[in-house]
Amino acid sequence: MQPHAFNMAMYNRRRFVSRLLMVLSWAAAVSGMFVLLLILGTLVYRGVGGLNLAVFTENTPPPGSAGGILNAIFGSVVMTLFGTALGTPVGILAGTYMAEYGRNTWLTTIVRFINDILLSAPSIVIGLFVYEVMVVTMGHFSAWAGGVALALLVLPVVVRTTEDMLLLVPDGLREAAAALGSPRWLVISKVCYRAAKAGMVTGVLLAIARVTGETAPLLFTALNNQFMSTDMNAPMANLPVVIFQFALSPYPEWQQLAWTAALLITMTVLILNIGARALSTQNTKKN
Amino acid sequence: MNQVASVASRASAQSIDVSAMRRHTLWDAALRIGTRAAAITVLLLLAGVIVTLFKGSWLAFSTFGPGFLSTETWNPVKEEFGALAPIYGTIVTSIIAMAIGIPISLGIAIFLTELCPPSFKRSISTAIELLAGIPSIIYGIWGLFVLAPFLQAHVQPVVIAAFAGVPFLGAMFAGPPYGIGVFTAGIILSIMVLPYITSVTRDVFETVPPVLKESAYGLGCTTWEVVTKVVLPFTRTGVIGGVMLGLGRALGETMAVTFVIGNAHRISGSILAPGTTISASIANEFTEAETALYSSSLIALGLLLFVITFIVLAIARFMLYRLKQKAG
Repeated sequence: MQPHAFNMAMYNRRRFVSRLLMVLSWAAAVSGMFVLLLILGTLVYRGVGGLNLAVFTENTPPPGSAGGILNAIFGSVVMTLFGTALGTPVGILAGTYMAEYGRNTWLTTIVRFINDILLSAPSIVIGLFVYEVMVVTMGHFSAWAGGVALALLVLPVVVRTTEDMLLLVPDGLREAAAALGSPRWLVISKVCYRAAKAGMVTGVLLAIARVTGETAPLLFTALNNQFMSTDMNAPMANLPVVIFQFALSPYPEWQQLAWTAALLITMTVLILNIGARALSTQNTKKN
Repeated sequence: MNQVASVASRASAQSIDVSAMRRHTLWDAALRIGTRAAAITVLLLLAGVIVTLFKGSWLAFSTFGPGFLSTETWNPVKEEFGALAPIYGTIVTSIIAMAIGIPISLGIAIFLTELCPPSFKRSISTAIELLAGIPSIIYGIWGLFVLAPFLQAHVQPVVIAAFAGVPFLGAMFAGPPYGIGVFTAGIILSIMVLPYITSVTRDVFETVPPVLKESAYGLGCTTWEVVTKVVLPFTRTGVIGGVMLGLGRALGETMAVTFVIGNAHRISGSILAPGTTISASIANEFTEAETALYSSSLIALGLLLFVITFIVLAIARFMLYRLKQKAG
């Protein structure tokens, strides 16, 4: 073999393979962006036409006539607020235990593992669970059950972010506060929570964004209601289930309302997501 | 901070306020016990889900026995139920989703870590992650009204014609172009798992020490060789963890699939035909299930789904924890 046998063919082949796959990587990124724009574009294109005042002032119409989705917007807001109000405190307390009291204990390890699994577990199973526990016991569908189902989806998100954010608080702060003689509960509530506030708020925003579009757990808990209802003990209309029902119907008015509702939900979720992101970057910059 | 300081100064001034100290002891105990109880609630939630689903599905399992898992029949009128068709649909849609989703996700992750100009990196990452934020029902309505008609008109006829007469593939892509069906559900799922797999793989790709990559480049490796011979072997555990995380999502995804799969309780050789998945069956039929045996069979499906996704997600988390420990 010659000392400088440079295999040009092999070199060219290696270079070609690399170039080809890098082009494919570019194509993958472009197609990902393309799909996002395509979905958002479709939503705006088909949803904006139906946006008018009636959407926000009238209730869901009977088949074949025009109307709005006021009752569904109201129901979604009420159940999301109730679910968040129920799930957030429990989530913050659990996250506090994991980061403050039980660091490196077996309980924390198990809870973290289980919580991470619940975070991505199918939400329809949560719906079945709440159906069996609440709807069967009470004998009817209700907004309470819908709110509880959403709370169970909020919980793992809040647990996760609370623990992560509290672990970022430097131990020096805790030690400084303790050295001043402050009891543990004041260290946690006045020092740790304040330091981790922005991150914890981000977690709650992300949790709200997640449950805003959840449909599967509401199908057999809150069900749906054609009329405006403020009774938490009765079935309540909500945007996701209205979209499900109206989109699959043969009536053009209903399908139009479904697209408009889809546009509203997506915009809400995206704004919450972007807001949470902005809040967390602002926070990391400050640190 | 003021209150902390005032508490401290009071204590140091020797004027120990007994009632205040008692109050602090009380609050300390309350917070410690309260937080522990909340942490245990998470465990109880899991136990509650399993026990409830088990109880609810008992009637179905005791009526049909283990045959429930291997029977294709799903007849609400005669009250004969078997889970084979939904299980088959769940597995096939997930395989399609992974076959399309994994290469594209890895491609995007490679693009973000190796090729992307730094100024675009953030915005492209954000855009991909926003795909994860879009609710599942939006994918459903988009799949039904945009993707399915497009596939029906432009893709499926071509595929059917191209594979007609080919021994194995011909049967796989046979039948009329319905638009909706197992194949369309798989495509929608592949879009939905993209952000999960991408964000995990991108994060683990970034843990590769630059000096390893630079050494490989210094030896004359091409970018592709650096990725396959240095980056991927170094991050294997994390990539598998990310893929399993995506798989867990695909298996349990409900609304998007319900819109586009066609909801037919049968097993077809062709992946273009309508089918059903575990979650789609539950979403479609649960409120209409009149008899105890019917709803118990659907809850049994729910239990199956929970057990399958639990195992997949547990493997994913185990892989990712191991990686984190290795990284220190």
